[in-house]
Amino acid sequence: MTQGYNFAYLDEQTKRMIRRALLKAVAIPGHQVPFGSREMPLPYGWGTGGIQVTAAVLGAADVLKVIDQGADDTTNAVSIRRFFARTAGVRTTTRTEEATVIQTRHRIPEQPLRDDQILVYQVPLPEPLAKLEPSRTETRKMHALAEYGAMHVKLYEDIARYGHVSISYDYPVMVNFRHLMSPTPIPAFDNPKLHMSAALQLFGAGREKRIYAIPPWTSVKSLDFEDHPFRPTRAPHECGLCGATDSYLDEIVTDDRGGRLFCCSDTDYCEGRRPALAAE
Amino acid sequence: MTLPAPLLTATDISLRFGAIPALDHVGAELWPGEVLAVVGESGSGKTTLLNVLSGRARPDSGVVWYRDPDGHLHDVHAMPEPRLRALHRSDWGFVHQDPREALRLDVSAGGNIGERLMAQGFRHYGRIREEAASWLARVEIDGARIDDFPRTFSGGMLQRLQIAKTLVTHPRLVFMDEPTGGLDVSVQARLLDLIRGLVGSLGLAVVLVTHDLAVARLLAHRIMVMQRGRVVEAGLTDQVLDDPQHPYTQLLVSSVLQA
Repeated sequence: MTQGYNFAYLDEQTKRMIRRALLKAVAIPGHQVPFGSREMPLPYGWGTGGIQVTAAVLGAADVLKVIDQGADDTTNAVSIRRFFARTAGVRTTTRTEEATVIQTRHRIPEQPLRDDQILVYQVPLPEPLAKLEPSRTETRKMHALAEYGAMHVKLYEDIARYGHVSISYDYPVMVNFRHLMSPTPIPAFDNPKLHMSAALQLFGAGREKRIYAIPPWTSVKSLDFEDHPFRPTRAPHECGLCGATDSYLDEIVTDDRGGRLFCCSDTDYCEGRRPALAAE
Repeated sequence: MTLPAPLLTATDISLRFGAIPALDHVGAELWPGEVLAVVGESGSGKTTLLNVLSGRARPDSGVVWYRDPDGHLHDVHAMPEPRLRALHRSDWGFVHQDPREALRLDVSAGGNIGERLMAQGFRHYGRIREEAASWLARVEIDGARIDDFPRTFSGGMLQRLQIAKTLVTHPRLVFMDEPTGGLDVSVQARLLDLIRGLVGSLGLAVVLVTHDLAVARLLAHRIMVMQRGRVVEAGLTDQVLDDPQHPYTQLLVSSVLQA
């Protein structure tokens, strides 16, 4: 463990401030709580919000997993994992079932989470109404009064134009029947996993200085119309590596002659299935 | 049977902007199904009065009472903001002079009309679309344009779209601020016809602000003439316009150009 830094990089008073915001966020599911976001040693957009939330909830006995687009081996995932290994000395893992804290960007692990796990999301744009209403003062009022009709206008427009809702990621959800929430850029495919999850889900937006949360066993409903119910989309293929037909797939270009490989974006899930295939 | 009672009652409204009395002890009553025109020159306080009546501006003194469908009276300016906003989305409507203020220009015509329905909790796409289509027909916009953006519409069409958007929730009370302003004369005439038809068939109560006496003559049952924040004359439209008593009203009536 690197000397000269406090446990998990942030000083204790900062972690305390973040934990207070987290408590408030858990108390009001889906509500955005402002917090004093700190400068972190990585650029905005790389997970400064998630990394601060992780630092605030991490304990010495925790086991940390970090994924980026579902993968454990991408730059962002590797460097954040190493960051906490060095500044907190915690054990890190790529196995979903071993982890107690999972920081994520763009995915929810395929394997269902347990009630002793915490999922930390990196959030670029916490305000689901931002594209419809540029004024922050006005969006705060819309949240306070639960005036969410405008969000349905966006869905209406999609159906009128394309015959279906074309939002494929960051699909807006209603949390606990009250607050409209941006689930971050996870694919709409992952939205059902937000609903009644056993794990605590925490969201940190570093640049926008907002924290929000979904407590365990909370209702999370994707917005839809009665006659156009929400349907998660998935590429109509099976994983080229493990044969999974239920996981979210990445499309990888394999050569310059039109070769394509569809494979699980959740690398741990995919690897976990392959020994089982080999044994058969 | 209950006796009819005014929908909106304003008593002794005053509002000053610095040294200028924008409204000086103004009173007004609006009955269900009635069209009340507020006329006067620019700066006479008619738009300010509209804003105060609709709760968009707060007077220095005086009260505006609104009677809800259950017969309960509400002090418009003492109402909590959520209630007032809900009222503006459902029971009330506001038609702006510039339709661009009320419409979302990057949302299709159907989406604009549907917005108020969705704000009220409508969650059935097919029914919202049906409703939008039927309102487009009522305001004489070609149903094929339901998915077009308002920015491709002409000025008169925009104004008719705004009216459809406002009336889709069947409000009882509509505030109109110069609804025909900025349109050329033939478009104006068609729009006035349309508004008159809708007001009659829906039994709307309307507070109509206009500087155009011809508009007031065509639409309004009663008329209030304002000058420098004061009501100088009020009465039945024909009576006031045919036999103006106050010198200022006489001036207004005589300044109308005869074609």
